[in-house]
Amino acid sequence: MYEKPLPVVDPESAPYWAALKERRLILKHCRDCGRHHFYPRALCPHCHSDALEWSDARGTGSIYSYTVARRPAGPAFKADAPYVVAVVELDEGARMMTNIVTDDVESVRIGQRVVVAFEAVTDEITLPKFKAA
Amino acid sequence: MGKREAVIVGVADLPLKDGKVTAPMSVLQAQALCARDALADAGIAMREVDGLLTAGMWGVPGPGQLATVTLSEYLGIAPRFVDGTNIGGSAFEAHVAHAATALEAGRCEVALVTYGSLQRSEASRNLAGRPSVLTMQYETPWGMPTPVGGYALAAMRHMHEHGTTSQQLAEIAVATRQWAALNPAATMRGPLSIDDVLASPMISDPLHLLDACLVTDGGGAVVMTTAEHARAIGHRKPVHVRGYGEAHTHWTIAAMPDLARLTAAEIAGREAFAMAGVRPDGIDVVEVYDSFTITVLLTLEALGFCKRGEGGAFVANQRTAPGGAFPMNTNGGGLSYAHPGMYGIFLLIEAVRQLRGECGPRQVQDAATALVHGTGGTLSSGATCILSTH
Repeated sequence: MYEKPLPVVDPESAPYWAALKERRLILKHCRDCGRHHFYPRALCPHCHSDALEWSDARGTGSIYSYTVARRPAGPAFKADAPYVVAVVELDEGARMMTNIVTDDVESVRIGQRVVVAFEAVTDEITLPKFKAA
Repeated sequence: MGKREAVIVGVADLPLKDGKVTAPMSVLQAQALCARDALADAGIAMREVDGLLTAGMWGVPGPGQLATVTLSEYLGIAPRFVDGTNIGGSAFEAHVAHAATALEAGRCEVALVTYGSLQRSEASRNLAGRPSVLTMQYETPWGMPTPVGGYALAAMRHMHEHGTTSQQLAEIAVATRQWAALNPAATMRGPLSIDDVLASPMISDPLHLLDACLVTDGGGAVVMTTAEHARAIGHRKPVHVRGYGEAHTHWTIAAMPDLARLTAAEIAGREAFAMAGVRPDGIDVVEVYDSFTITVLLTLEALGFCKRGEGGAFVANQRTAPGGAFPMNTNGGGLSYAHPGMYGIFLLIEAVRQLRGECGPRQVQDAATALVHGTGGTLSSGATCILSTH
């Protein structure tokens, strides 16, 4: 039984979570300004165009920043502590929060290259964690 | 008839003992007691209040919560200008800005700003994260400790880009404690060293326990009117609202435009300085939101008190402590005075007391111009007020 908080999927986010279930990380891409963004929106946050399409991310990027949670975010995370929460900058340019999967939290560094590591936590939800590339 | 000009004429906060109110009370009661005291300080009756501004984490359960509506009913007033803007702990600096705009436009004559929280007494602080809906579905599942984790991400990035050290961050906590030692109302007044901060438990790298603000109760109120009204009632020390500005950029921390740069404060500060017609070197006393030590460092850079990336060097050698070149957070701050969830109103209260010369052993000599800057959310919102005695 998975006891950590699960995303509450809504009509806008459903395609994103459905793709993850198939082990694909998808991003919204703007046909007007050419930039990607995360999380998926109805309007491009860079140029406000509605000419958006889903695109498959390469699943690679680098650590923009991170923290080691020595104190867990509630009882469900207690067994994991210490664990790494990071903001990863994908090679497409968008940033997303994630966990870095590692046996050694002390080895994590800003700028480190990482690759997506899908983790199916329930039948419906697969989380896009990352690990050292 | 000249231009209507907004002034602050009354302030009050609740006495605390060990971070708790001195007798059990409700959150409405806490705000009413502060309102009574701030109005007495102003020499204005509650029935004259026709502007009400509040924000909080309390509310009658149900859609919208409607804080100003609930509070005006409780106080027995029917305000014609209200503002329930809630942008986090900086809401009260925004309220002063909005009240000033309303007073200057003639939308109200006496504005009351209040805040109250019994989070310590009620042990109600929720650290388990925000419900995983809407934009939070992309943040809450990762188990980032809140609120510290977001500030830790910013601190880590600032260290990476600029070489900022934990020792430099600790300088802020230590200097702020020195001010608290001079303030009998402060919660934590005992001696504190940089080594103490560095030896305190790491909670979310690179932030230690003593890089973080307190968790206390608290209540506060601010009364504003026009300079003309203040003269008419014979008020002796009105504090003028010379400039203000506000902005916000994100709620989920991964959407912050630049983790090493406080964009909201840059925008808010630029507007406030331009409106007031002063520069950073014209400020005598500075009260900035210190949810965490890194918050202060980012704010000082964003407001232009030092260059980007130089905040660590700026606060070194106890520059912000009593007797230092840059008096800051003179009541002991959220780090050592009190932090009842949303702290911003206490920055305003302390700035007013400094400008009136009421601060006893912690008084900044000849303080004539003060800058107040609130930060809310997770480095999300910023609101600046520049106040002066003239």
